[in-house]
Amino acid sequence: MRALSEKLMRGVFFIAACTSVLAVALICIFLFTNGVPAMKEIGFIEFLTGTTWRPNNDIYGIFPMILGSIYVTAGAVLIGVPIAILTSVFMAKYCPKKIYPFLKSATELLAGIPSVIYGFFGIMVVVPAVRSLGRTLKLAGVLRSSGDGNSILTASLLLGMMILPTIIGVTESAIRAVPSHYYEGSLALGATKEQSIFKVVLPAAKSGLIAGVVLGIGRAIGETMAVIMIAGNQPRLPKGIFQGVRTMTANIVIEMGYAAGLHREALIATAVVLFVFILLINFSVALLKRRSEYE
Amino acid sequence: MNKKKVKQKLISYKNAPGSAVLAGLVFLASLITFAALFFLIVYLLIKGIPHLSLDMFALHYTTENVSLLPALINTVIMTVLALLLAVPLGIFSAIFLVEYAGKGNKFVEIIRLTTETLQGIPSIVYGLFGLLFFVTTLKWGMSLLAGAFTLAIMILPLIMRTTEEALKSVPDSYREGSFGLGAGKLRTIFRIVLPSAVPGILAGVILAIGRVVGETAALMYTSGTVAEVADSVMSSGRTLALHMYALSSEGLHTDKAYATAVILLVLVIGINSLSTIIAKKISKGNENGED
Repeated sequence: MRALSEKLMRGVFFIAACTSVLAVALICIFLFTNGVPAMKEIGFIEFLTGTTWRPNNDIYGIFPMILGSIYVTAGAVLIGVPIAILTSVFMAKYCPKKIYPFLKSATELLAGIPSVIYGFFGIMVVVPAVRSLGRTLKLAGVLRSSGDGNSILTASLLLGMMILPTIIGVTESAIRAVPSHYYEGSLALGATKEQSIFKVVLPAAKSGLIAGVVLGIGRAIGETMAVIMIAGNQPRLPKGIFQGVRTMTANIVIEMGYAAGLHREALIATAVVLFVFILLINFSVALLKRRSEYE
Repeated sequence: MNKKKVKQKLISYKNAPGSAVLAGLVFLASLITFAALFFLIVYLLIKGIPHLSLDMFALHYTTENVSLLPALINTVIMTVLALLLAVPLGIFSAIFLVEYAGKGNKFVEIIRLTTETLQGIPSIVYGLFGLLFFVTTLKWGMSLLAGAFTLAIMILPLIMRTTEEALKSVPDSYREGSFGLGAGKLRTIFRIVLPSAVPGILAGVILAIGRVVGETAALMYTSGTVAEVADSVMSSGRTLALHMYALSSEGLHTDKAYATAVILLVLVIGINSLSTIIAKKISKGNENGED
């Protein structure tokens, strides 16, 4: 009797453990079977490299959206990564013990704020700021058109802020994982604190730092609501960082509500492209993690 | 003493001006990080609190009075449903991974890989999957149930990971003691291991609640955006975060949007802090236990 219930529950635990495998399989199957036929119908090359998105005329080229996602993510990385890595250096090596718990929970707080809130903050604060910056630059003759504030720059600023906690969390623990005798040895050789940190500790923590950055990239490229609220969402090739842009995620959310037929499938195909991007990113994170474990 | 230290530092910086610049950058970057967070929270609170009013908590949503109470009630229902699905599944899978599967098991590797994949998938992809599978294929229509299933898949890896860590931190001597007294494996797990892992699991579950409450993209096309309290789990209803999105994208009720943002922000911060506090209590408890 007891042996039976032991076996039974073992089976139950096993089945539960299978659900995550099942979920991934289902997600892949449903996305690919709905998206890939549409890609075939439109033509893989036309779909991926076409620069015109006009569902009313059955023209589906998502190149502007792919570029849009890449631009916005690159901007977020340019803004967010240096700040995040320097902040994690501060957290690991400079922060006084007394205020550390407060700052640590502040970064956790930053991670927990919902993206709608970031988006709303973006609408109310970042968009007007970028708009007036654009106008000033236009008056100064630097820009040809000022844009209305919903732009690549706005999205990059906000996403740069949103990926801070993701990167800080990973890089801080990577820095802390570097054996302290590296740091102390360098200090003993007469190097300054900064030389020791930037020339000895950070290179030793390299794969952890890269993993953090890649994770941040994943978060930025997949972010949806905050970007829709502030990026302008025009499906065309952007001509400058003060111009509006539409990301792949935005494309899906904006048109899914009323799309039908091939249009709907083209949107699912957009998600397939996004999904492939994400899988590549996840895969490289997993590789980096392995490597840092072996080191 | 302190003065001497400062003087020494200044001299060392004079010899290595690059170091001084780097130190300055480190402080500047941290200042930016924490100032941005502080500004975001304080800005929303200052703009939002004056607009908080009782009529925001009216039972019915009308176009004049965009009440958030229906959305709040939907959020609670949604959270409970998603947790009912994800918590048992997550805990059971973690039990399998920690207590049953041997080390280096191929199947465990596959599960690790899939949970890591699940964690990296953006919420809009979950939303789209929910629309294709639960709403369309299973013909549930846009409903709280479809939304809850979608979110359950989304929070599953989070609960699995935190439970796994909590189970691993239970000392092996507990298990050995229980086996030694003649208890079976099942009894050991449910009577000895799980109870000592409860705080860790709880911290993970609360974190998952925070994610459910803040989620938008995954729910837009699964639970829908109807602004009334759902009459059953099969009818559509918007959660608080979706309500917030609707208000801010309509742009008609900016004051109300600020006030709603305050409530959502306070709710999420409260939930996440609760989780941190519980997690801290455990680590303190462990330290005491080891003494």
